[in-house]
Order: sequence, then C-alpha cells, then structure tokens
Amino acid sequence: MDIATLAFSALYQFGDAFAFLVLSACGLAVIFGMMGVINLAHGEFIMCGAYVTAATVHAGLPLPLGILCGTLASAFVGVLVELLVIRHLYERPLDTIVATWGLSLIATQGTLILVGSTMAGVGTPFGSFQVGAYSYSIYRIVLFVAALAVLAALYALFNWTRFGVLARATIQVPHMAAALGVDTRLIYSLTFACGAGLAGLAGGLYAPTMTLVPTMGATFIMEAFVTVVIGGADVFLGTAPAGGILAIVKSGMTSWQGQLFGQIGLLIAVIIVVRVLPKGISGFVLRERT
Amino acid sequence: MTRSGLRGLRAAALTGTLVLASGAFAAENPIKLGVLEDQSGDFAAATIGKVHAIQLAAEEINKAGGIMGRPLELVTYDTQSDNTRYQEFMRRVLQRDKVDVVFAGFSSASREAYRPIVDQFNGFAFYNNQYEGGVCDGHMVVTGAVPEQQFSTLIPYMMQTYGKKVYTLAADYNFGQISAEWVRKIVKENGGEMAGEEFIPLGVSQFSQSIQNIQKAKPDFVVTLLVGTAQASYYEQAASANVNLPMASSVNVGQGYEHKRFKPPSLKDMYVTTNYIEEIDTPKSKEFLAKFKAKFPNEPYVNQEAENSYLALYLYKQMVERAKSTNRDEIRKVIAMGDVCMEAPEGKVCIDPKSQHMSHTIYLAKVGADHSISFPKVWEDIKPYWLGEAGCDLTKKDPMAQYTPSNPPPKP
Repeated sequence: MDIATLAFSALYQFGDAFAFLVLSACGLAVIFGMMGVINLAHGEFIMCGAYVTAATVHAGLPLPLGILCGTLASAFVGVLVELLVIRHLYERPLDTIVATWGLSLIATQGTLILVGSTMAGVGTPFGSFQVGAYSYSIYRIVLFVAALAVLAALYALFNWTRFGVLARATIQVPHMAAALGVDTRLIYSLTFACGAGLAGLAGGLYAPTMTLVPTMGATFIMEAFVTVVIGGADVFLGTAPAGGILAIVKSGMTSWQGQLFGQIGLLIAVIIVVRVLPKGISGFVLRERT
Repeated sequence: MTRSGLRGLRAAALTGTLVLASGAFAAENPIKLGVLEDQSGDFAAATIGKVHAIQLAAEEINKAGGIMGRPLELVTYDTQSDNTRYQEFMRRVLQRDKVDVVFAGFSSASREAYRPIVDQFNGFAFYNNQYEGGVCDGHMVVTGAVPEQQFSTLIPYMMQTYGKKVYTLAADYNFGQISAEWVRKIVKENGGEMAGEEFIPLGVSQFSQSIQNIQKAKPDFVVTLLVGTAQASYYEQAASANVNLPMASSVNVGQGYEHKRFKPPSLKDMYVTTNYIEEIDTPKSKEFLAKFKAKFPNEPYVNQEAENSYLALYLYKQMVERAKSTNRDEIRKVIAMGDVCMEAPEGKVCIDPKSQHMSHTIYLAKVGADHSISFPKVWEDIKPYWLGEAGCDLTKKDPMAQYTPSNPPPKP
C-alpha cells in the first residue's frame, strides 16, 4: 500500500473525527463556553434538529432545506427555553444543571411518547469514492467542510458583526452593556438561540447517517462537553484547536487499537489538557496574547 | 322522599356493596406476573413489543378463564435500559409485590445484573430473549434462541455461500464477547479463518475507522453483533462508504427491525437466523400477527422477542396447570418430564429439562436490496444442546452459573 493512500486515509479519519467533535460542540461552546450555562439538554437540541430534518425530508423537502428547518426549529425551541427557564437562572449556574437535565429527560421521554421509539432514516446522499483499496463516503467530506464553514461563520459572527460585539460585551460585563443602552435580555435570548440552532444544525447534518431515536442526543454529549471544556471560553479559538487535538488523538488511537482505545485516548487527552491548561486552550492563547 | 323510600335506597346501596364484595371474594387470588422490560432508553425500540406481547397473551388467557381459574395480574415496571433499575425493580417485585413469576430483561448485562437477586430471593424468572447462551440456573427459564441454534446454522451457511474469511464486529459487553467466541469456534471447526475482530463500546455511533479496518482485512463477510440503537448507525455508514460485503447476524432485523428503519439498500445482503419475525409466512404466524395488530395497531414491528414473550406466558400457564401450583419446585418437576411443548407462532417448541432452554424453528432471513425479506432456509426443531452436552443438568444439580465454550461446566 503506497504512502499517498495511507496519508489520505489518515486525513479522512482525522477529518471525520474533527467534524463530529466540532459540530457536536459548537452549539455548546456558545451556550456553555461563552454564556456559562451548563446545558445538559444540548443532546436534545441536537435530537430536535435531526428529527425535524428527517420529518421535513420525509414530507418531500430536499435535504439542505430540511437541515435548515431543523436548525431553525432548534433555535426557536432555544428561544422558548431561554424565556421560560434559563433566563431566571443566570445568577444560579448550578441550578441550570438541574433545570436542563430535567428538560432533557422531558424531551427524550416526550419524543418517545409522541413520535414513537424510532423514526425512519432518510439515507445518506452522494454515494462513495475509491482511493487505493478503500472506499469512502462522500457525505463525510461534506460534514468536514460543514464543520470548517461553521467555525469560520462563528468567527465572523462574533468578531465582525455588531451583534457579535454586543453579545461579547453583554456576557463579559452585563451591567456596563446595559448602561450603554444594549437590550441585554434580547442579546442573551439571541445568543442562546444561536447555540441551540447550532446544535440543531449538527443534528440535521448527522441525521442521514444515524439511527433516529429519542436517545440519539446522548451519543453526542460526551464529545461535545469534552471539546468545550478543553477549548475554554472562546468559541473560535477554543473549539477549533480542541477539535483538532482531540481528533488526532481519537482517530490515531482508534486506527491503532479500535474504538474502545479511541475513547480512552480521548479522555486521557482531556485530563492532561485540563491539568496543564486549566482555562482551556483559548484561555492559554488569550493570556499569551495580552 | 319518604322514610321508607330512603330505607329502601340505603338497603339497595348496602346490598350493592355486599354483592361487589362477595364478587371480589368469589374470584380466586390472582397469579401475579412481574414484567420488567425496557420501555424507554436505548433498547426501547426492540423491547416495547415484548410488553405488548405479554399484555396480549394475558388478555387472551384471562378471557379464556385464567390459569387454573385464577386471573393473571401483571405488575409492570419500566426498567429504562438501565441495569441498576433491573436490580431495584427485581427486589421490588419479589419482596414487596410478591409476584409468582417474573418476565425480565433484554440485554445480557441486565440479565446478569438481576439473576443473583432472583437466586437470592428464591424467585422464578423467564428470560425471553436470544442471547450468548450458557446460563445453567434452575431459577431461570430461557425461551430465547442461543448460539448453537443461531450460529451453528448461520455461520456454516455463510461460509459455504460466500467464503471462509470472517470479520466480527461486536458490542463490547458480555453478549458480544461471548457470541464472538462462539463465532470464532464455529469458524475454526469449519476450516475458516478470522480476518479480524473489533469490539465496540455500547453507545458508539460513529464507525468510519471501523469501516476502514474491515476494508483493510478484506473478509468474505462480516458478522455484525451490534446492540442498541446507537450502534445500528453502522449499517447506514457502511452502505454510504460502499463496503458492499454480505453481513451475518444473530441480533439484527429479528430484534431492532433495522430493515424497516433504514433507507434501502443499506441492509442489503444481511443474513439473520431468528426464531420469529413478522414476515414469516405460515398460518400460525399470520394468525399471531393479526391478533397483535388488532390489539396494537400502531406497533411498528412484531419481532422475535415479542413472540418469545407471548409463547412464554402460554408455556407458564401449561406448567402451572400441570403442576397444579405456582411453586417453582413443583413446576420444575413438570419441566423435568421433558414434554413441556406447544405449537407457537414460529412452529413447535419444547423446553429442554437439562438446561431449561427451548428448542426452536430457526429461520434464515435474507434482506434484499429493497429491504424485503426472503427465507432461503429453515431449520426445524433445533435443540439448545450445548449446555446439556457440556455437562449442565438442572434435573440433578443447580449451579446457578453461566458457562461459555472456554469456561464449560466442571466435569463431575
């Protein structure tokens, strides 16, 4: 087997792990990393996106539009959740754990009762291609590109737009932002909706490749929290390098020793990073800069 | 209202209560059946049908006069796909609800979690699930199929049809590990070789690297022993990467009806040995399916565990009526006679007295490119012979243990 084939396969596996980590984590990076709300219902926002995507595709919409619907539906649910529950708990971060955990239980069981134990899949589009002895799914490349696009969009949103600047100001020093005339309540709502929508986007993008069941969010949540915890508070400077490092560890260990060691490697990498850089990667990068 | 009228009313009310009370006393004490199955969580898709099947059988039995004239009462708890819930509820049904028998468990991890409690409180439990085999325990009756029924039929067929290089992809817990050991043993006995093996932790849903490992090993077919809804994502991902290898399994289709849930052709060329699925085209099977759909019109699929659970209740009825008691020792004397059999939806089944496991008709189900099911082969009356041959004999001795090919019962 020649070097090019091996290199491509390693790159593909890295990209695949990177896409999964980044897409599962970016919504949480906004809600948990930036806003400090420990959102245990993150997986259920992902599930919501996946279900709405599948339902709209079954109803006849093309997949990209379905994913858009899934994203918007999750964002809308995010606004509702923020208005009804999270808004009252910004001063009590530990209570958000209980509240969001309760929400996640309600969402999982509610979906089971209302929609049933499974939902029919929609099938992965685009087919496959061959490199050397291996064949690969084209959609996995699409996921990787989508992860890069989401990261770029988040960077642009929080650094180059008025909303992004106001959101960062509001979250860093809320009373100063309010004194300068910013509607901080609205900004909090919109930021939370943005995080929920990103979770829905992850769900929509992965919906064609996975079993659609009420508990599907649980398969994302470990990777999401791990990536955000080692990434730190900055959405772009944290999530991107954290996703990169963890993807290298995970895909390397998995190809060497199988899935179990991939998971073990992932968690050991997290322990080491958190021990060495308690504020996460972005905390380290930003301290160096100032 | 006049005074006499009032008295009459009071009398009527009084007699009314008396009639009700005497009615309740006239009925015999119910026979209590504990039902511990997963109605939520990762396994729910495969197991809600078991609860429905038990409800269906109980309703039929109660309509026909109960068991020995005693009505059947279900005590149902949702075990939430969680092993600790099984232990909690098993204690509750045995100690507080004082049930006569328990039908419990989907995953082998949950069965091994509750089995010591059944042994400790001297209970009586039915495990109505296919599994990795080897449980030699007088407190248990197993109505599900075991490896010598599912693999010793399936693997040789696959090796003859497709070739001798085999790759196993299995869930990483007792079921997957022991089943993989069986596959290894049968492949070796038939002169084949293992191209590779990988064990996947439960809950894993991303398989790109595993798919590549399989392509690297170039097997003739893949044995997929994947469990739970998260792991079922493998088929869609393998199909989209165009792996295009035949698959063999003892758990898919027959439990999780993946061929109904995924878009064709992701399960193309999947071969499964199962003792029941709703596509089986016999009059008995059709009749069972019609009754099931009449009571539960929204049931997505009637799988092998639903049939196991349904027939288990009828077998229990037969045992109790022949033993004239719900006492486990009396019932085991009936099992020891070796003729506890019935005509089930799948065909004739009998309980083997040595292992308290059940003989089955094994259907080889093949999934087509459009996800339709065909049955290239049927094996009738396949016995659960391994435990008995290895030395487990519950009519003589009850070791309350689980054995595997590499850890057989001790020789006397």
